[in-house]
Amino acid sequence: MDFLNTFLIGITAGAIYALMAISMVLVWRSTRVVNFAQAGMALLSTYFGFEAVSKLGSFWIALPVAMVGGALFAALVEMILIRLLVKHSSTGPIAGVAPIIATLGLLGVIRATAAMIWGGQDVRIVGPVSNDGYSINGTTLVFSPLKLLILVTVLVLMLILSLVFQKTNIGLALRASAYAPEIAKLSGIKVDWVRTLGWALAGAAGAVAGMFQTVNGNGTLSPDSIEFSLLLVSGFIAAVIGGLDSLIGAVIGGLVLGLMISFVLMYVSSGLFFIAPFVILLTVLFVRPQGIFGAKAARRA
Amino acid sequence: MSLNVSNLTVHHGAICAINQVSLAVPTGKLAAIIGSNGAGKTTLLRTLSGLNHPTHGEISWEGQSILGIKAEMLVRRGISHVSEGKSVVPELSVRENLELGAIWRRNNKESKESIDRVVTIFPRLGERIEQRADTLSGGERQMLAIGRAIMSKPKLLLLDEPSLGLAPLVVEQIFQTIRDLASSMNLTVLLVEQNAMGALKIADLGIVLNLGKVVAVNHAQALIDDPAVRAAYLGY
Repeated sequence: MDFLNTFLIGITAGAIYALMAISMVLVWRSTRVVNFAQAGMALLSTYFGFEAVSKLGSFWIALPVAMVGGALFAALVEMILIRLLVKHSSTGPIAGVAPIIATLGLLGVIRATAAMIWGGQDVRIVGPVSNDGYSINGTTLVFSPLKLLILVTVLVLMLILSLVFQKTNIGLALRASAYAPEIAKLSGIKVDWVRTLGWALAGAAGAVAGMFQTVNGNGTLSPDSIEFSLLLVSGFIAAVIGGLDSLIGAVIGGLVLGLMISFVLMYVSSGLFFIAPFVILLTVLFVRPQGIFGAKAARRA
Repeated sequence: MSLNVSNLTVHHGAICAINQVSLAVPTGKLAAIIGSNGAGKTTLLRTLSGLNHPTHGEISWEGQSILGIKAEMLVRRGISHVSEGKSVVPELSVRENLELGAIWRRNNKESKESIDRVVTIFPRLGERIEQRADTLSGGERQMLAIGRAIMSKPKLLLLDEPSLGLAPLVVEQIFQTIRDLASSMNLTVLLVEQNAMGALKIADLGIVLNLGKVVAVNHAQALIDDPAVRAAYLGY
């Protein structure tokens, strides 16, 4: 029973990490930027979600509100900040690094702004269903209706995302722009807009991760939330495990990471909460630096 | 004249890659642009398709200036560019690479018909339609690159070294296909080539570039017969 419990907890946490990893990968693929502000953006989106919950009362309305808010905010960040920095930092020693450092700055700005707006309030989001564990033969599991719901929702979202990527023209444009921007342009794709769209999708995925991370935890939200710092770290590690370039890699990276952390905490020591993810990251980087799904060959010119 | 270039100058930083180039290509004609490495051939094509931007000069296409129009918009005006080095997306399937060429039309039915047409021209692509482009041979990739370009139903086709790195027999096939396409679709073609002889043989006119300047323009056959061009570019 312990094993099943650990497995289910790990897979649920992993599904949330996978969403976060997907948003890191979408941003990386569209602009080649590692977005350290992703957790900050997820935090902000979750505050949007909180506002919607407190005004409209329904988690199921708040979730899309958070997604749309997160998508719009991410799109604005790309259009105003990243596009400019990528264009203007093509030469010099900080070329290529400037946008990444800028995302660190953005993280600080988002947190400080959130603290100014929501800092004094008791911000709480209650999940749509109970987080009390299921009982089997008198034993109570940690796995709950809420966790099941999270798992199913994440899977459905991933299915939709993969259909969009594989079966639609928008998906083809997103992939072509990521792999070969010049050929995409020559094919008539407005690559700048596709990049913005990539950020917007990332913002929406991050918003779902933020909402679920909050309700899956103790339901409270604060600007300096440790849950969100962990979300960033885990999302990043999951994305790296998956090769940073692959959406499937991000999903598997997230699930693997969630499971590994869960099993380490259960069977090794629960004190390893903050160490386990980093040990896993370092191991992956040593053994397979290109990630599990990353291409080995250097990108061609 | 469908394509008119006058006094075109393009810089890469401080280096002048194209210097005061003027040329004209009539509708439906195939022009071979030859010249040694660094002559500015690739830069010229990239400027025509909107990937590079000129310092000064004028480009007009079908009677209108296209200066400053972005590459993604020039495709909509009928200009298709197959850039240097087998311009396909290796991570995408053959079908997806082809779909890419017609994606801006947002008409999936038309896109499917165009794919059928490309597959008739290049049956090999039909056999490999669901394979990833990076599993193709060099010649097949070049066919795919050209196939993608004609998916957008171009009127002006810019081809950058389609023979690069291909076996002689394959080069011959590719050149023949380009000639046939140009004739059957009434395409205006600019063909940049290191393989000067192969290109001039299928071309209507030839343009010789050297160090960013046009040094000779003539009927292709006249260039083949020109002793100076022979000595410098054809190697005999």
